Amino acid sequence: MMQLLGTQLKPYWKSITAIFFLVLVRAVTNLYLPTLNADIINDGVATGDTGYIWTVGGYMLLVTLLQIICTIIAAYLGAKVAMGFGRDVRAALFRKVESFSQGEINHFGTPSLITRGTNDVQQIQMVVAIGLSMMLFAPMTLIGGIIMALRQDIPLSVTLVVILPVMLAALGVILWRALPLFRSMQKKIDRLNQVMRESLSGVRVIRAFARTDYEARRFEEANQDLTQVGLRVMRLFAIMFPALFWIMNISTVAIMWYGAIRVDSLEMPIGNLTAFIMYVMHILFSVMMASMLASFVPRAAASAARIQEVLEVEPFIGDPADPVQVPPLEGARKGVVQFDNVEFRYPGAEAPVLTGISFTARPGETTAIIGSTGSGKSTLISLIPRLYDVTSGSVTIDGVDVRDMDRAQLWRHIGFVPQKAFLFSGTVASNLRYGDEEATDEELWRALEIAQGRDFVEAMPDRLEEPIMQGGANVSGGQRQRLAIARALVKKAEVYVLDDSLSALDFKTDSQLRAALKREVADATVFVVAQRVSSIMHAEQIIVLDEGTIAGLGTHEELLKTCKTYQEIVYSQLSAEEAA
Amino acid sequence: MSRRQDLQKTEGGDRAGRTRRGPNVKEHRPGPQGLIGTGEKAKDFKGSFKRLVHTLHPERTLIIVVILLTVVSVGCQIGAPKIMAQATDDIFEGAMSRQIDGYAGDDWTKEQVVAQLEAAGETDQAKMLAEMDLRPGEGVNFAAVNKILLIVIAVYLLSALLGWLQGYLMAGIVQRTVYKLRRDVDRKIARLPLSYFDKHARGDILSRLTNDIDNIQQTMQQVLMEIVRSILTLVGTLGMMFWISPLLALISLIVVPVSAAVAVVIAKRAQKYFSRQWDRTGDLNGHVEEMFTGHNIVKIFGRQREATAVFDEHNEGLYDASFRAQFISGIIMPATMFVSNLNFVAVCVLGGLRVANGTMSLGDVTAFIQYVQQFGMPISQVASVANVLQSAVASAERVFEVLDETEESADPARPVDLKESEGHIVFDNVSFRYVPDTPLIENLNLEVQPGQTVAIVGPTGAGKTTLVNLLMRFYEIDEGTITIDGVDTRAMSRDGLRRLFGMVLQDTWLFAGTLRENIAYGREDATEDEIRAAAEAAHADHFVRALPDGYDTKVEDDSTNISQGERQLLTIARAFLADPQILILDEATSSVDTRTEVLIQRAMAKLLTDRTSFVIAHRLSTIRDADVILVMNEGAIVEQGTHHELLCAGGFYYDLYNAQFAEALDEAC
Repeated sequence: MMQLLGTQLKPYWKSITAIFFLVLVRAVTNLYLPTLNADIINDGVATGDTGYIWTVGGYMLLVTLLQIICTIIAAYLGAKVAMGFGRDVRAALFRKVESFSQGEINHFGTPSLITRGTNDVQQIQMVVAIGLSMMLFAPMTLIGGIIMALRQDIPLSVTLVVILPVMLAALGVILWRALPLFRSMQKKIDRLNQVMRESLSGVRVIRAFARTDYEARRFEEANQDLTQVGLRVMRLFAIMFPALFWIMNISTVAIMWYGAIRVDSLEMPIGNLTAFIMYVMHILFSVMMASMLASFVPRAAASAARIQEVLEVEPFIGDPADPVQVPPLEGARKGVVQFDNVEFRYPGAEAPVLTGISFTARPGETTAIIGSTGSGKSTLISLIPRLYDVTSGSVTIDGVDVRDMDRAQLWRHIGFVPQKAFLFSGTVASNLRYGDEEATDEELWRALEIAQGRDFVEAMPDRLEEPIMQGGANVSGGQRQRLAIARALVKKAEVYVLDDSLSALDFKTDSQLRAALKREVADATVFVVAQRVSSIMHAEQIIVLDEGTIAGLGTHEELLKTCKTYQEIVYSQLSAEEAA
Repeated sequence: MSRRQDLQKTEGGDRAGRTRRGPNVKEHRPGPQGLIGTGEKAKDFKGSFKRLVHTLHPERTLIIVVILLTVVSVGCQIGAPKIMAQATDDIFEGAMSRQIDGYAGDDWTKEQVVAQLEAAGETDQAKMLAEMDLRPGEGVNFAAVNKILLIVIAVYLLSALLGWLQGYLMAGIVQRTVYKLRRDVDRKIARLPLSYFDKHARGDILSRLTNDIDNIQQTMQQVLMEIVRSILTLVGTLGMMFWISPLLALISLIVVPVSAAVAVVIAKRAQKYFSRQWDRTGDLNGHVEEMFTGHNIVKIFGRQREATAVFDEHNEGLYDASFRAQFISGIIMPATMFVSNLNFVAVCVLGGLRVANGTMSLGDVTAFIQYVQQFGMPISQVASVANVLQSAVASAERVFEVLDETEESADPARPVDLKESEGHIVFDNVSFRYVPDTPLIENLNLEVQPGQTVAIVGPTGAGKTTLVNLLMRFYEIDEGTITIDGVDTRAMSRDGLRRLFGMVLQDTWLFAGTLRENIAYGREDATEDEIRAAAEAAHADHFVRALPDGYDTKVEDDSTNISQGERQLLTIARAFLADPQILILDEATSSVDTRTEVLIQRAMAKLLTDRTSFVIAHRLSTIRDADVILVMNEGAIVEQGTHHELLCAGGFYYDLYNAQFAEALDEAC
């Protein structure tokens, strides 16, 4: 945590110094008021000097004013620093993640990165905010209070030697018992929510299997568990506040008792006694406050560690220092993609995902990739847009190694449709224009037509301007896939990569889409990853992947004759038919 | 954007919900920050509030006890400083007695001292001393002081003990009430028709059951435990203050509403910035979520610069709002402290003057100061109640809404219980519509003989599951009858009806538990051997045993340890174990690798043998030998017949098939 705070708070050091000073003034003035009150009692009341009382009262007013001014300025600066800190950390994280390649993203996992960028930052930002106000204030009050108490009467201050440890011990015992209870409480809440979530998501299955009673029992169990822990937590709280206040109250009694002896022996004026009691109250309150606030720190430290972990990653895919300038489209560029003895392994992995991959994909042809899950299909096509870099061998487009190109330029020539069709919030049109902001409506409609999306978009009330919710939650899976394909088509690339992008489509739409694609983007190089044989059997070239190697390469007919893995796949999918 | 909408967006909702709450009041509630609520409002505050209070009805006796305990406990707490004042006075008198010793003769009486002071022109001091019980030369009366201090200790101890007891009882009241509320909601969920779940976003229902009930619990805890206490303290303290000194009490009484008003005014302003902060947090988190999830798309489509620019804009906006919110809420406490410090100064000065002229004792002034300090805390707590209550009542309302939903029609009083079924199913003139004005299934007639296989095919979104929904009474038909072995499905209990069926769904639902428990879900009393046999029949045994923990492997929340295909095999094993007479298969294997797919196909084929079955087919090749094929489009059945009949008819099915198997057609007819 210190490292993150150190680097990210550096620009604010002036404000922080000022806050330190202001909080100090605030703590001192807060403690000075009882001192002035003691003066009133000792030199005003006891001697009957009313004029003096008025004068000191005036001082007290001034001190109060000074205090509020300092506090407001400190609050202003504190808010600025804490929120600025949060903003800076968020920005640093966002930029860092934007520089990541697929490898680093996978390492953390997208949901985790999102949590780090939002929740974790908030967590630590809150601690900074509290830290700059209350957590600074408490120790200063503690130290200041002790000094003031000593100034009032040294022998009486000995009581603090007893009171403070007792208070700390009580707090320690309570926190020591409370922290595991909190953790267990959180677990029980998670469990209850999980059971609830499951019984909602599985409502059909539960009812189909007539297991409503069983679910009710599961819930009952979780509910009782939670109630039990909840009771223990609340009961701990029930004892905590009376206990702490009792200690404080007993402390005053003890001070009164010992103070009476000091006053009686004329070694201490009575005003000091009242002042002393007030100091002790301030001290005890600050100790209580600080220990409560300190319970935020472990969580924040964990958050900070998670953030720091992301910030420290050096992405291993970057742009070349001296990128090869790729000639414009109208030149020799066609989109010939060549894999030459490619090997790829994840960093630190023992076995490579892909080995010895060599083939050439030509413009106007469709190269299909088929194979079982985990055979490396998606990884293979990820190498083309450099979502990963090959570990040996090379991937070239028109003879230029993709690693020698500026990535922005490389990406301009690739139309990519991911496995999970992801849409952005906005409208149908804003999604389709994602790769080419200048595209006209006609171009959008044309892309939709090829992607078999024209009909449903036309049926939408606002057609192209129909709003799309985040992730495309308001359109069906099949529609999402078609929109994602249309989005790639609008970009007008030379190389199209479709990563199992037709899975949610029924056969009719699937085949229509493929036919249209064949017709309309006749001169592009197309890569198709698929599970269904029927989706790819017409491809000019089919690559059969098996455990990271090419098990067969050729057309459907050739492979049916020569490739055993392909035969297996084909027969598995047509088995029912064969059996008939 | 309300918190709830935010929750709907992300499945499960927890993340967004928590993010929202991050800088919220809940973290450090007692204190003036509690003034800032979440800004949610109940539609019918009064009604829902009454109903919420009514949930506490069973605990009313205990609540009265708790209130009594609180009264006594607070009474002790308030009385103690006044008793202590006597000790202060005794000490002060002792000190003064010694002090006047200095300038008075050894055996002077109090009267002599006062007279001398008056002669010297010190009239004020003379008046003060005249009011005091001075015994020149004697010093502090320790016996009296110690006695008072012992009493104070006892009073404080009593107050603490009663406070503890009250909290202890209160914990039980709150926990029991919330426990019951949760249980009621869960039972309610079990009785709601499936249409409710289809109509409402899961995240929204979940948030009502978790976040909203949490909110109610926290509020009950806070309101019941703190507020009663605060109000009593407020009233009691005020009473003591008036008793000690009406003049000073009046001054404090002016100060208090001023400080409350200051807090409320600032809080109102902060509220605006807080809700802006929450909105912008939502915007920013939404953007971050979107950009991180679509990372590759953003890159390959060359939109990183825009993404960063939009992020910066959101980030700056959030900074601005949260800075203001933080600052303004940050000055509430200092502002109220300032006002109470002014009060402190006023009491010190005026109190000092009054002691000096003998109209008030020093002990009373110190006691008064203590009361003033005690006064500030409950004020801000009481002030915060309005907001806290508002949000809790809004939450309660959302929970009550669930509790008030129309339930499924009750099962017949004396249901027909079909222990064994042959699987003879008849749809007689069945009509059904999801939306009253949109006809969906009209006058459907269908007879399925025992052992027959009915396939339902059609394009995505054609409503293939509707028939299944009707058959299993997830939805109720509008007209006609569905009979099984001649018994109207409505004459059976729902559970009894559903026990006849086995189901393998596209949505491979596993719950958090071991694989064994998940398979055994099909039949409660299954033995270990039966479970293994079912797993073997479903070709699941092999992969299960290959896992490190075998059948004891835990299913994780987002199970990465079990692939989609393996999940499907497990649900098939579940159906095998249930050994139903009638089977429903939603055959969806699009995201399964080919080898597992072979297994699934085989397992499903085995499952179909000798059972009446309904197969929702995505792949036409698998249903060629079904006895009846129902072709659905746009929610209605458009064709019905065998594979051969339908192909020869050259209709919708022909087109579907054509698209899939262009070459195979020639030989078909």
